[in-house]
Amino acid sequence: MREIGAPAAVVGALAQALLVALAAPLLVGLVRALKARLTGRRGPDPWQPYLDILKQLRKEAVISTTASWLFRLTPFVLVATMLVAATVVPVLVTRPALSFAGGIMLLMYLFMLGTFFLALAGLDSGSAFGGMGSSREVAVAALAEPTVMLAVFALALRTGTTNLGTVAERLGGEPALAAHPGHLLAFLAFFIVMLAETGRLPVDNPATHLELTMIHEAMILEYSGPYLAMIEWASAMKLFLYMTLLINLFVPWWIPTEVTGAGMLLGMLALAGKLVLLAVALAVLETAVAKLRLFRVPELLAGSFALALLSVASVVLLR
Amino acid sequence: MATSLHVLMALGGLTVGLLGFTGWMGDARALDVPWLVPLSGLSLRMDPLGGFFLLLVGATTVPSSIYAIGYARGARRGLGAYALFVLAMAVVPLAANVPTFLLAWELMALASYALVLTDDRDPAAVRAAWIYAVMTHAGFACLLSGMLLMTAWTGSLTFADWPAAATTLSEPARNLVFVLLALGFAGKAGVIPLHVWLPAAHPAAPSHVSALMSGVMIKLGVMGILRVGLEWLGVGPPWWGVVLMLAGTLSALGGVLYAAVEVDLKRLLAFSSIDNIGIILIAVGAGFVFHSTGLETLAIFALAAAFYHILNHAAFKALLFLGAGAVVHGAGTRDLEAMGGLIKRMPWTSAAFLVGALAIAALPPLNGFVSEWLTFQALLQNGRIPRPELNLVFMLALAGLALTGGLAVACFVRAFGIAFLALPRTEAAAGAQEAGPTMRAAMALLVVACATLALTPTLLLPPLGATAARLLGDAAPSSREDLLTIAVSGDFATLSMPVIAAALGLGLVLPFVLLRVGHAPSRIRYYETWNCGRLLQTSRMEYTATAFASPFRRVFDFLYRPERVVEIEAHGESRFFVRRMVYRNPTRSLVEDWLYAPLLGAVRAGTARVRAIQSGSANLYLIYVLAALLVLLVLA
Amino acid sequence: MRRLLLQGLIRAPLTEPLAPSDDTELAALAARLDLAAKKRLGRSLSIREIDAGSCNGCELEIGGLAGPHYDVERFGIRFVASPRHADCLLVTGPVTLNMAEALRRTWEATPDPKIVIAAGDCGRDGGIFQGSYAVLGGVAAVVPVDAVIPGCPPSPAALIAGLLDALGRRS
Repeated sequence: MREIGAPAAVVGALAQALLVALAAPLLVGLVRALKARLTGRRGPDPWQPYLDILKQLRKEAVISTTASWLFRLTPFVLVATMLVAATVVPVLVTRPALSFAGGIMLLMYLFMLGTFFLALAGLDSGSAFGGMGSSREVAVAALAEPTVMLAVFALALRTGTTNLGTVAERLGGEPALAAHPGHLLAFLAFFIVMLAETGRLPVDNPATHLELTMIHEAMILEYSGPYLAMIEWASAMKLFLYMTLLINLFVPWWIPTEVTGAGMLLGMLALAGKLVLLAVALAVLETAVAKLRLFRVPELLAGSFALALLSVASVVLLR
Repeated sequence: MATSLHVLMALGGLTVGLLGFTGWMGDARALDVPWLVPLSGLSLRMDPLGGFFLLLVGATTVPSSIYAIGYARGARRGLGAYALFVLAMAVVPLAANVPTFLLAWELMALASYALVLTDDRDPAAVRAAWIYAVMTHAGFACLLSGMLLMTAWTGSLTFADWPAAATTLSEPARNLVFVLLALGFAGKAGVIPLHVWLPAAHPAAPSHVSALMSGVMIKLGVMGILRVGLEWLGVGPPWWGVVLMLAGTLSALGGVLYAAVEVDLKRLLAFSSIDNIGIILIAVGAGFVFHSTGLETLAIFALAAAFYHILNHAAFKALLFLGAGAVVHGAGTRDLEAMGGLIKRMPWTSAAFLVGALAIAALPPLNGFVSEWLTFQALLQNGRIPRPELNLVFMLALAGLALTGGLAVACFVRAFGIAFLALPRTEAAAGAQEAGPTMRAAMALLVVACATLALTPTLLLPPLGATAARLLGDAAPSSREDLLTIAVSGDFATLSMPVIAAALGLGLVLPFVLLRVGHAPSRIRYYETWNCGRLLQTSRMEYTATAFASPFRRVFDFLYRPERVVEIEAHGESRFFVRRMVYRNPTRSLVEDWLYAPLLGAVRAGTARVRAIQSGSANLYLIYVLAALLVLLVLA
Repeated sequence: MRRLLLQGLIRAPLTEPLAPSDDTELAALAARLDLAAKKRLGRSLSIREIDAGSCNGCELEIGGLAGPHYDVERFGIRFVASPRHADCLLVTGPVTLNMAEALRRTWEATPDPKIVIAAGDCGRDGGIFQGSYAVLGGVAAVVPVDAVIPGCPPSPAALIAGLLDALGRRS
């Protein structure tokens, strides 16, 4: 893998961030359209989220008199963390431009940075719904983020690196590394946590209108206009990044290792194909299960934590 | 007079810090004053480890003293104790023989005891000081016995003679000394289950003293453990490191779990200190294990991670305590449930506290993230140890560390959010004043310190590694010539803090510029919070600190065993018309209920039994005297 | 369950096509919005439904809009929980005295550009409650109304037709 110079790295990082930013709403729209079809509706177009975001950008912003500068800062922090995270996750190539800046820990703590500010913004306006959403969100995040880290640590211990791109590259190069019970356990744990972190059923219903059933939505009830657009967009990017990470870590084939024209095209097609399949699986799962009662969610998360712990143990003990 | 003392202390701290820095960089010094201390006299030696901790003492004293100029304005009490406290803390890392060390240690404890008792009209403070005194002296007893045993077995009171002589000691002897000394030092460090004094004593002391206690004093306990296990007793068996790692994991988890449900702001910070000591001990324990299995490079790495976290924790914990002090000063209460809305009334303090909260939650791009990253990486290297039981311990530590990371984020969202955001919950909070200029200056200093520690890991790790190598008796590792990135074991992991900070900055600025260019939002209108069209929006409708922590109380109820206390005051005419309702959901301390209460009960029962010999009868006492004389005659 | 999911993936949706425009009555529209805003909102509309003291007959019909037969999401129209997220307030009921202030505050909390649609005869002028001491007689008494969808209650087809007309999406 040849080293790339600084200017090329910056261009590559910007390009990858731009790609993730542009493609993320399409993924969200696709999942929504599929869920509609599964329930017998004709449903919205897959590109509907773009129209929603564009419309919100043109609206005025109504801000609570109780809120402080933190409220206005939070959407920018969320977008910033997602954009930086987009440059660390192996999306198109196995070694994204900024992968040297940090691995799985950087990624998870970037997500937590966004959660930190969003939870504060929920408390900032002084409404009971916001506080409730913040309380639930940090409780879920506190139990979910460690699980992701442990699951990826299991992979890191197998492949000898915590840099995500290198993990993907090595797993793709030697499929025998993936034939291990720890791998399957890590996959299951990661999948469950992905549902929790991106606010999907059975942990949280992204389409609910009942505030008492909300986790993520409750924190953003006060946002309007361009700020709401940025937050929705950041959530879409989070879903995209989690799904891409799941795919590229556990199904790491046909990811180009070098930046060549044909390689990138193949890589994009492969990624698109895998994302569509995962989106179908996600839509089927969300339609098939009911939302868990809030106080059952920690049981689910504790179960996935146990799976992740087992996967690390199996990697460590079964060499 | 108070102001001039504090200015003097700040200057003194600066001098001491610079001295420590030179020592840390390798400039060894010695000082011997034979007549000052009984037995073998005052003996001070500065090696890199001592210099490092001296730097810590000096560097933390500077902002504390500057803060105290504004905070303790006009107060006459506690000035002498403060000066003595800092002096004693400066001597402890440098002490080269047993009497100097123990004298300085005890002076440190006595001075801090006096400082905890600053407000001696408060019964809680008096009780806190009592618990602190008992625990620190129990630890002192362990230290005394351990050190005296070593002196007896090695024939020397000087620490420098112990490593060579320790090789001749038997395995059980070294284990005994290690256990005694480690217990004493761990008690000072606040490791669970010896932590009971910390959450009581740190809130009772004035905030700048709490900053010093949390930032520096408890780290001296860690220094003691490092000296004992790695220097004085030679190479120990792996179980020493295992015990440290398990104790560290327990402290980390316990500390953050109790912090997450705590309603007193300073007690919350004290529990968080226990959490961070746990993290430091995990790294130290990993270093011990690597050292005893012969993996010296990894041991150096793990210890360097521990040192980095010691520096970071001093910076952000001091910042948090100073901020908490400003809040308590302004809002007049330590109770989170009585605060709120301070971000608009105390903007500078809020910004400083936010930086501290972000740093302690280990969020990029601040310094807490760097040391947690280093600790994780050190733990992940355990694959090189070919023993499955040790690998399992590392795995448990990894899981515990990951869990505390997530819980710390939740804890500090709650602490900052409830204290500073939304509407004030009481009149006192509504009338809070911003902190004075010296207090703000001290907090700003610490913010700069946190930022510097965050961006310069490549500059700090080589000297930290050299210090660790010196401690372990190895050659210093070679450093890579890369200013931007830290690399672990080739390409196992890399981290580049300046790049992350720059990327985040760009990510913040870019959407801002784009929105400006697109004239978005078209207009900003301010209106009341959406409350479903209700006519009233008061602070009673906000989320409370107790409510925010309720998911944790539910999930970890086996640990907290919360009690529901509901007091209902009804109108006289009918019990169905309620006048007032008070709901409390206090948690109970597992350690206090299962360890200390039975222990104290047994001690009390035992002493009650023994008290029978004090019958009050002079005849019986004469018989005691006769019996003692006979026994002594037989023995002699 | 599996059978239903499989059917959902394979068979065509159950949604009914749009009814032709001549089988419903529609009131004339007040042109409060400029054409550009209407065009923008026409592709993506978020509705916050407000019950200002209605008998819930209209609510039941509005509830049918989200289901498979009428499926209002295919036009880019969604229901949202917070007025801060909404572009359109769909108000039912004759606006009782107790809901007047709540309705006004909700309207103030909604960011511009926004439209207000009064659904049902009660929303138009008080309906069967017209003249009662407890009602203000129609949504227009409290907030400016852009469109009215009459009916007691209006069928979901009429609601869709009214929404699309208010957005200028039908010929």
